[in-house]
Amino acid sequence: MYGKGLKPLSIATVAMLTLSLSLVFFYAPLDGDQGFIQKIFYLHVPLAIVALVGFILGGIFAIAHLRTDDRKWDAYSYVSIHISVIFGVAVLITGAIWAKASWGHWWVWDEPTLVSFLIVFLLYATYYPFRYAIEDRDRQARYASVFAVTAGAFVPLNFMAVRMAQSLVHPRTFATAEGGMPGEMMLTFLCSLAAMALLWTTLVKFELTAKSASGQVKRLRRALDAPVAGGGSRIAPEVS
Amino acid sequence: MDLLFAAPALPLDEAGKYVAGAYVVFVVLLVVYLAIMAAKVQRIERELRDVAAIAERNKEIQAAPGREAEEAAPYG
Repeated sequence: MYGKGLKPLSIATVAMLTLSLSLVFFYAPLDGDQGFIQKIFYLHVPLAIVALVGFILGGIFAIAHLRTDDRKWDAYSYVSIHISVIFGVAVLITGAIWAKASWGHWWVWDEPTLVSFLIVFLLYATYYPFRYAIEDRDRQARYASVFAVTAGAFVPLNFMAVRMAQSLVHPRTFATAEGGMPGEMMLTFLCSLAAMALLWTTLVKFELTAKSASGQVKRLRRALDAPVAGGGSRIAPEVS
Repeated sequence: MDLLFAAPALPLDEAGKYVAGAYVVFVVLLVVYLAIMAAKVQRIERELRDVAAIAERNKEIQAAPGREAEEAAPYG
């Protein structure tokens, strides 16, 4: 069920990633201020946006789980957060590389955008031990959903707080006062954003398909009265 | 902090290392994730093979219910 449409989605993702990389390196003009270093922007910013939206989606799926008590939504929430955390790791590393290249420091502690993203990332990093600490699967799913809703609500609040802080160091993606990005840069950025969103969706679907297959095998084993190999994961929700 | 604004754009040969580093990190993370997923899929395949073997054995037992008892006590 989860694997339906995975093949065309994967092909679309690869095509979009290829297109966006081509645009980044062969179409988008060099930034007058930052030069070639600005090419990291087309990777770092879409990754950050998709990761944050993924966290919010995890919260929305968790609301659906709490409303319906359907374990499918818990799995969606878990996988959304899981993939977004992986994207978060990429955001932090690429951001540090960009910071070193343009500011001369791997990390700047008085920059609200960087620190706020780190706080969000660390908040979601606690999701795994939080889930793992609860043995009972129903309680685990319920508590994890409450966590996902609370943390998901924190993400846009955090984003707005940072925008209001009006930092002078971290560049704004869509500057308004300075006239924003040139058309070629904007097109390249939007393609990169679409590619990252597609990649996130593909990985979520891939992970859900693998979990579903694993769940089906365990059900088969139980139906055959055979012991379940490895006892199953205590942390990841089972999908059938 | 003012020094940050004063920093000029890096020359291409130096900037290239950082840009390449950022994109390589992304690719490496993706490859590591896919490798972990490949290991998971292999485990599922192995489990599925085990389940298929159990199902076949059960089918054989159901087809010949007396044979298992004969095999257990051949001189009885």
